[in-house]
Amino acid sequence: MKSLLKTTGIFAAMLLMFSCGDSEKKEKDEIRLDDYKEAPAPEAKSASQDSEADSGDDLSNKGIGPIDNLSLDDDIDSDMAAKGGDIFKNMCSACHKMDKKFVGPQIAGVTERRSPEWIMNMILNPEQMIKEDPIAKRLLIESNMAVMANQGLAEDEARAILEYFRQYDEKN
Amino acid sequence: MKNILKIAVLGVLGLFIQSCGNGGSSDEKSGAITSNAAERVYVAPGEHDEFYAFLSGGYSGNLTVYGLPSGRMLKEIPVFSQFATNGYGYSEETVPMLNTSYGFVPWGDAHHPDISQTNGELDGRWVFINENNTPRIARISLETFETEEIIEIPHSAGNHSSSFVTENTEYVVAGTRFSVPYPQKDMPINEMKGNFKGPLTFIAVGDDGRMNIDFQLKMPGFNYDLSHPGRGDSHGWFFFTTYNTEEAHTLQEVNASQNDKDFIAAVNWKKIQEYVENGGGEEIAAEYAHNVFDHSTQTATSTMEDKVLTVDPREVEGAVFFMPTPKSPHGCDVDPSGEYIVGNGKLSTDLTVHSFSKMITAIENEDYEGDAYGIPILNFESTLAGTVKEGGLGPLHTEFDGEGNAYTTFFISSEVVKWKLGTWEVLDRQPSYYSVGHNMIPGGNSRKPFGKYMISMNKITKDRFLPTGPELEHSAQLYDISGDKMELLLDFPTHGEPHYAAGIPADMIKSKSQKIYRLDENEHEYAATSESETKMVRDGNEVHVYMTTVRSHFSPDNLEGIKVGDKVFFHVTNLEQDFDVPHGFAMIGANTSELLIMPGQTKTITWEPKKEGVWPFYCTDFCSALHQEMQGYVRVSGQNSNVPLKWTLDDEEIN
Repeated sequence: MKSLLKTTGIFAAMLLMFSCGDSEKKEKDEIRLDDYKEAPAPEAKSASQDSEADSGDDLSNKGIGPIDNLSLDDDIDSDMAAKGGDIFKNMCSACHKMDKKFVGPQIAGVTERRSPEWIMNMILNPEQMIKEDPIAKRLLIESNMAVMANQGLAEDEARAILEYFRQYDEKN
Repeated sequence: MKNILKIAVLGVLGLFIQSCGNGGSSDEKSGAITSNAAERVYVAPGEHDEFYAFLSGGYSGNLTVYGLPSGRMLKEIPVFSQFATNGYGYSEETVPMLNTSYGFVPWGDAHHPDISQTNGELDGRWVFINENNTPRIARISLETFETEEIIEIPHSAGNHSSSFVTENTEYVVAGTRFSVPYPQKDMPINEMKGNFKGPLTFIAVGDDGRMNIDFQLKMPGFNYDLSHPGRGDSHGWFFFTTYNTEEAHTLQEVNASQNDKDFIAAVNWKKIQEYVENGGGEEIAAEYAHNVFDHSTQTATSTMEDKVLTVDPREVEGAVFFMPTPKSPHGCDVDPSGEYIVGNGKLSTDLTVHSFSKMITAIENEDYEGDAYGIPILNFESTLAGTVKEGGLGPLHTEFDGEGNAYTTFFISSEVVKWKLGTWEVLDRQPSYYSVGHNMIPGGNSRKPFGKYMISMNKITKDRFLPTGPELEHSAQLYDISGDKMELLLDFPTHGEPHYAAGIPADMIKSKSQKIYRLDENEHEYAATSESETKMVRDGNEVHVYMTTVRSHFSPDNLEGIKVGDKVFFHVTNLEQDFDVPHGFAMIGANTSELLIMPGQTKTITWEPKKEGVWPFYCTDFCSALHQEMQGYVRVSGQNSNVPLKWTLDDEEIN
């Protein structure tokens, strides 16, 4: 019973957190709580993006993890991008779609929103990122507390995924 | 801290009670619990135990893993019994593991785990364990802690003197405790004598662990009770205790105890191996299952074999001898040097110790006192190294500490007795609570024991724990054996009925323990290694659902087009690649079990829907904060409906 209460408590807390961020799904927009100051604007599912609130700092944030500094060629390595696309499909696509928010944030445009180091650290070190990195913490809440899974990828695999994202953003 | 104090106080109290109650010979008996026992078994939160102990689960059919010195149970590994907890023996992949020549057998009686050896020392690759009832030997990986292989032993019954390995794991042996017609046939029971046989089976173990029966030794119809390999100089020999050399077929309780002495059979397996390699032996019909779990396909296959090579021991010169051993010996234990072979005469107070070197001399001198069915019986006095006198009542098993001491359990007098090899003097005795069967020192039956702790596995629990109705778990006790005297440190309950156990320093295996199954190595026939591969496929009334799990949803999670009368196969792949993120799968009304699927794994469970409706399934393992949301629905339509197959996630079709 006690743990049930505790669980209920956590969910209530999550609900609160959720209602402060942007809502993705219409049905959730209808949730009303007493401290609700302003109803969030309904947003089309496919057009959603993560919050803009602190986006000014986002590109300077390199995240926390094994990748300190990454210099990128201007040219896209298409072989590497193709490999990254395969890995993304197998290891990530259960939760991330390119063109829409799914369980986790939408990927399209990520290379414009985040530094390459941040992207790789998020892939390689998600446990620490969601606890300590300000953007990752915010995204966790926006993602309804669905934690980013550590898929045990090697650095070169994460790098390939980054290349795939860059290629996607360049083309779209 | 308060608890430690409390335990310490209890310990001191115990000391008092002990010294009053035992009225024994000396102070030696009084020191059952030392005052700092709690500290010595305390493993602080987050810290690890020093040893793994693998305890047989007896009639649970499984193997339990404990940490020592804490006595904490770490895992139950399903081996010979169905295990609804993770779907072993229910999932399509693992049902073949329990196949036998008698069909599917959902239960077993697991007895004697033994860890693989190299040069007579534990190597931590596998642990073997025997099934007594429907004779089988299993091999369990110490990387995955999963049962990888089970081989049935044909022509055997009561597979008890098993599953002990030779010094380099050349063989794992399987003896016969209940001699039977060989091969089986319809005959009057009371014509047993001279007509039954007790085959001893030598199973070759490959470098990859794969087991294959090399030969079966057609021994006289005695009961082969326990065994252990020679080591050091005696490497190449195997020793088996026998009882019921009377060949009684009824009321063995009385009739199998008529002879003052039975035998320890000494088998020179190297000679027989050579004989067989040179074409010796006779191939006879046999029917036995050989079940292998393949880690790449994550699927077991069961193959029925139809032949076995049988060897008449009399045909191989100098291969088999009997050493007379008093009083229906039970345990057959070989000391770390390989020189001493201990026969634990269970209906006696004494232990008989044979000398390997004296045995060899006796064989060379043909120092026989007769023969049994043509197998030479060596002169008792000629092989005798010594006798441990008045050790206790009913000796069963002996382990060694590598410091020249032996530790024997006495069932009737309920105690563990330490004695010295060579002088045969009793050095110490400690009570066990109650009626100890086996004891175990990590590596205690190898060339290199780790003589710090010993556990006793007791047959009777009575008042040792809070009462739990008439049926109790068995008790085990942990003793510190590093000093001159054994010190009882801890009681802990065990699961099923542990017979033997095998222990190993944790450092030898823990770094090899696998954390996940790699998705890119998953070659399961029905795996969906990404959500885009998930689908439904109908084949007649069978519907295969290729499903994935990830925190925290199934794909697909809405399934339609299933009909009453269908047989639905849920092939569920866990897409996670992080340590300790299992997902479960449970379907309402399934007459099977749940699945517990480790990262990267694919498992299959069947469901035969009986009623129309919309039926939920869900994840049984609390996987994330959104675990409660991890569910889905299956629409079940009438048998003649035309609802097409449709599988979706978030209302989108998957392709």
